[in-house]
Amino acid sequence: MTAAGGQGVDDKQSRRKRNLVRAITETAAAPVLALIILAVWQVGVPLAGISDFILPTPWQILRRIVVDHRLMATHAGVTLLETLAGFALAAVTGVGTALMIFYSRLFERAIYPLLVALQTIPKVALAPLLVLYLGYGFAPKLFLAFLLAFFPIVIATVVGLNGLDKAMVNLVRSMGASEWQTFFKVRLPSALPSLFGGLKVGISLAVIGAVIGEYVAAERGLGYLQLQASSQFDTTLSFAAMIVIAALGVVTFWSLEALEKRAVFEREAAR
Amino acid sequence: MKEPAPVTARLHGVSVAIENVTKTYELRDGGDLLALDRVDLTIAPGEFVSIVGPSGCGKSTLLSLVAGLVPVSTGKILIDGEEVRRPHAKVGVVFQTDLLLYWRSVMDNIMLPIEIKGWRRRDYLPRAARLLEQVGLAGFESKYPSELSGGMRQRTAICRALVQEPGLLLMDEPFGALDALTREQMIIDLQAMWLSVGSTVLFITHSIEEAVFLADRVLVMSPRPGRIDLDRTIEIPRPRSWRSRTDAKFIEYMSEIRGIFETRGVLKA
Repeated sequence: MTAAGGQGVDDKQSRRKRNLVRAITETAAAPVLALIILAVWQVGVPLAGISDFILPTPWQILRRIVVDHRLMATHAGVTLLETLAGFALAAVTGVGTALMIFYSRLFERAIYPLLVALQTIPKVALAPLLVLYLGYGFAPKLFLAFLLAFFPIVIATVVGLNGLDKAMVNLVRSMGASEWQTFFKVRLPSALPSLFGGLKVGISLAVIGAVIGEYVAAERGLGYLQLQASSQFDTTLSFAAMIVIAALGVVTFWSLEALEKRAVFEREAAR
Repeated sequence: MKEPAPVTARLHGVSVAIENVTKTYELRDGGDLLALDRVDLTIAPGEFVSIVGPSGCGKSTLLSLVAGLVPVSTGKILIDGEEVRRPHAKVGVVFQTDLLLYWRSVMDNIMLPIEIKGWRRRDYLPRAARLLEQVGLAGFESKYPSELSGGMRQRTAICRALVQEPGLLLMDEPFGALDALTREQMIIDLQAMWLSVGSTVLFITHSIEEAVFLADRVLVMSPRPGRIDLDRTIEIPRPRSWRSRTDAKFIEYMSEIRGIFETRGVLKA
């Protein structure tokens, strides 16, 4: 082997090493930052003489979650169900509405201003009314989750469908494609990245909707649990419930992202 | 020079008759825009016809009409004697941009028209492979468009138009988006392709040189409303090569067409 060849191999090895180091650093960045924040919190609270009634330490919160895991799981299950039901309804009706907006100019003209107006109403303000109309049970939570998730799904789907190059439609039409074929071969696949963007925003908002519903009137769910804890000055439980709500948001978001990875071809992936 | 292997049997090129075709578009302000004005044109089976004209002269409109994408306002268009009312099964179209679907591999992109027509994929796989080989893309079947250069992408688009064995190939400024050198090569390759495939070709361009080099007949269109100003048969033997460009006849055709653009005010001296 020539010296130059040896050099090349060395270069390759050092590059590979560099890439590996970078990959490890990037993966570790978020957990390390989180650990630093938690450590400062853990050490800082007793040092500053703050009582755990005002601000419990992370360790206390974690212990509480573990000790009360049955309680947590029961309430989390309720909130998760409300979130998923509201989100599913929003996904189906949102994509449906987007399709009608896309295919009918009249419908677009009629519905768009209403949608925007609806979107500007603070949904929290609706919550007490929903209790009045729908009662204390599952329905108002589902509805709030649906209401928050609906708008971003509609908008993202319409944007995705409109983003298709007119020439692309002409191309498939020149091959004799029906509108049905055009939709499934070209329109839908090219709208998918945007559609999934809307779904991901939607599912995180659905969690918020469900919890807001529980704040107002509920007998179950993480929002209810947190409100109860606060009213009994059990700050640690309140924090614990909040952490579980956040975890719920992250898990549902990730599940959707995992689905997206399977359904959507990433442009970058092939580069 | 190496002769490319013929792609299965030569196709039966179709004839095209454009009879007194006018196209008007309704404008939003209520007015009408006359895009094409009484165009008459016949293309013989297997003929390569170029249409050259300034931007906005309606040459792309004419192609959309022949493709059956847009209805004519008056007159009619016949492909093999059959009036065009919708996209014809024997017509393949290549547009200015490649319009490949980024989520499909090269082979899956080429198979798109086959899927849409509901034909059996495996019946056309050998033909697709031969076409890819002919455009120098053998071995690229499972690559994705983002892995290809602009020229390779447009070659794939040409294979996609040819896989369905079209009797007529419509090309709308297919090399307009490519860099100058790639374009030179594409012109040479398209000629070789056409010589072996045998389809009728209607080729739209704004390059006079491209039109003269490729075509059996060059049609010059006037600025809007589009009308055919000149119909010139190009008598330069095939296969044409770089050297054909310095041919006295080649230069003569070029200056004749330039002259027409000059009298029309498209080109100024």
